[in-house]
Amino acid sequence: MHETRSHETTSIEPGTKGETPARRPARRRRIDMRALSPFIALAVLLVLGAFTSPVFLSVENLTNVATRASFIAIIAVGATFVIAAGGLDLSVGSMAALTAGVMILAMNAVGGADVSTIAIGMAVALGVALACGLFNGLVVTFGRIEPFIVTLGGMGIYRALVVFLAAGGTITMTDWDLRETYRPIYFGDVLGVPIPVIVFLVVAAVAAVVLYKTPFGRHVVAIGSNEDVARFSGVPIRRVRTLTYVIQGLCVGIAILVYVPRLGSATPTTGLLWELQAITAVVIGGTALKGGTPFVWGTVVGALILELVANIMVLSDFVSEYLVGAVQGAIIIIAMLVQRSLQRGR
Amino acid sequence: MAPVLSARDISKSFGPVEVLGGIDLDLEPGRVHAVIGENGAGKSTLMRILSGHLPATRGRLLLDGEEVRFSDPVAAERAGIVLVHQEILLAPDLTVAQNLFLGREPRRGLFADDAAMERRAAAALAELGADIAPDAPVRRLSIAERQLAQIARALVEPYRVVILDEPTAVLTPIESEALFAAIDRLRGTGVAILYISHRLPEVKRIADTITVLRDGRHVATRPAAELEPLDMARLMVGRELSRLFPEKAFAAPDAPVLLEAERVSVPGFAEDVSFTVRAGEILGFGGLIGAGRSEVFEGVMGLRKRSGTVRIDGRPLHASGAGEALDAGLAYLSEDRKGKGLLLNQSLAANLTLAALARFTRGAFIDAQAERRALDHAFEEFDIRAGSRELLAGELSGGNQQKLLIAKMMLLEPRIVVFDEPTRGIDIGTKQQIYAFVAALAAQGKAVVVISSEMPELIGLAHRVIVMRHGRIAGEVAGARLTEQDIVTLATGVGEGAAAAA
Repeated sequence: MHETRSHETTSIEPGTKGETPARRPARRRRIDMRALSPFIALAVLLVLGAFTSPVFLSVENLTNVATRASFIAIIAVGATFVIAAGGLDLSVGSMAALTAGVMILAMNAVGGADVSTIAIGMAVALGVALACGLFNGLVVTFGRIEPFIVTLGGMGIYRALVVFLAAGGTITMTDWDLRETYRPIYFGDVLGVPIPVIVFLVVAAVAAVVLYKTPFGRHVVAIGSNEDVARFSGVPIRRVRTLTYVIQGLCVGIAILVYVPRLGSATPTTGLLWELQAITAVVIGGTALKGGTPFVWGTVVGALILELVANIMVLSDFVSEYLVGAVQGAIIIIAMLVQRSLQRGR
Repeated sequence: MAPVLSARDISKSFGPVEVLGGIDLDLEPGRVHAVIGENGAGKSTLMRILSGHLPATRGRLLLDGEEVRFSDPVAAERAGIVLVHQEILLAPDLTVAQNLFLGREPRRGLFADDAAMERRAAAALAELGADIAPDAPVRRLSIAERQLAQIARALVEPYRVVILDEPTAVLTPIESEALFAAIDRLRGTGVAILYISHRLPEVKRIADTITVLRDGRHVATRPAAELEPLDMARLMVGRELSRLFPEKAFAAPDAPVLLEAERVSVPGFAEDVSFTVRAGEILGFGGLIGAGRSEVFEGVMGLRKRSGTVRIDGRPLHASGAGEALDAGLAYLSEDRKGKGLLLNQSLAANLTLAALARFTRGAFIDAQAERRALDHAFEEFDIRAGSRELLAGELSGGNQQKLLIAKMMLLEPRIVVFDEPTRGIDIGTKQQIYAFVAALAAQGKAVVVISSEMPELIGLAHRVIVMRHGRIAGEVAGARLTEQDIVTLATGVGEGAAAAA
């Protein structure tokens, strides 16, 4: 809604009673900046990358980056819902690991190398992720506990469950034929577009429609803007807020469906710091952490930016690639500073 | 005598709206200068500019004849100018003494000197005639006591200019008298006092000079001796007061009861409140700020935990949230427009349709065109004035925000409408429109409740008025007893003589 709106409203009618038009355009430009800044950052990074390495702008490298960004992009789209409603989910990384572990264990238990085995695994994965999201949502809304605390607890619980299920080691898909059957979901493509990229584009498109075009999406934004106003307007706060966490769970589940065929295993370090990356992607995308202004496509661009930064660092010898995490951590702080400066001048 | 602080041509605009234009004002030492005016006349803006809370858009401030510019309230306080806010701005978990010295604690070495703070706080409180222990946490104080503590904060330091913003709004007549005595003593020590109020008799009682503002403009500055309260009112309003309110069309005594509350209690705020509202009736709710009126209706709506029974058309209403009440035809327009009424950072259309969103869908999706049509319709029907329909709700003026909030709730086609302080902070022209609208609603056979702290509003609008005190119904006035004095007597619980002084 906001992205399109900013284009519709470039011209403003003159005011009724002696308005000073000087103030108004300034605000419009600020909204524009907020929606545009992730795209500008993306363009800058592409130019920067082109100078760094000759292979950077190759189709192969760029599709590779987009594919690798898909997990975080999908999870971050879910995080956009949670954050737009004024919440926070720190448990997505652990949730992803648990979902992957249980999915693999389920497929191993069912056995066989057919598509049906994979379908059962997928159903189990989505079930686990949805259950985790529902748990987070219900504890936040009905337990009236800060989402920070709830999902911090969830983060610990889900992570420990993976470690327990893996007995401290690795959970691996045992059937190599099954791996071959599942492989195309990550490595395959349609008309040259990798399947993970298609998945994240579809997830983002659906999310954008839900957020901007449905009453539920409007309610999410209302709650994030001002929960009291939403409450006084009869918005079912608990239901809507719980659903945002369920959507987050669903997105984690979908991300894992694409993730598992990549390595065919889950370890206690699977999904480590994904919550940091997902939240960073959302914030880079222009969505305010205090809620109320979701930018779904900004979030997708944010995820791409994170992966591009990592890619550029690997391709260049400029900075050690071991510092990727540090750079990504710095990006979220810089993104917040940029947001803050765009908000000033009220 | 030479003025301590002077304003020259002070103006202030918020976005497109000029709320203050070309104000001149002189504050002289040892004199009380009262500024009066209707809500929205610009009193609050003016004193916030004088005390460094707001920068002026235009004009100059002179301190002892030298031009000054205050970047923030701290700079103004350092220059000897302090504003005592109308709202309570105290940290509830700190003690009274700690609050009085917050940010300027006397020290002994590295540590805050609690003993000195409490000694000086006790002296300041005694001067106000307030019986408050300086080591009591503010949380335990009543609203009136908190207001007194806040005033005491301006007494513990030797300020040169003290600005009091409607200090008596929550005080009983006895507490007000103690405050006036303290102001007299302060005046005796050569402090310049700016006194903001719209209680005209008390202005007459305390002020040396009176400045009248109307719609952000300077109307008159006269010695208090020359003005009687009636003259002040005429200057404030600029026309006869009686025309402000529409004719009262009383409902038939056998009109059906639409809303009935029976022994409604909201823990911590209100106890045992019962009332009924009939179709076509305007029921007023009076009382001091903090008497529990808003909380009662938030409880009735199901927005707060409550006990007791609420019936709409005789059918009981659970306390399960606003959705059920809105569906049943009961709408509540909060006094807190910005905090509970509108999403300030969202579009006008999104605000308008939020409560009635289910009526604006086509299949699973929001019908944006229907929303736009509804906004056009609301602009016309409620005379909402804005330069563009693409503004955010926070960019509208207070009056237009209130109209948008009314339009929003009217989309639900409610049969019972509760207006909580419907004209707070709204200019007089818009007030008149809102009064006319409220009366028209009742004339259409809807049941209307108006909660207001403004006596003229209750008297001019309501058919009968229930007065609350300390969370309970203190009484009901109607007919010939529907007077300011009767309401004040019930609201404060003080006898006739003392009430007249308020």
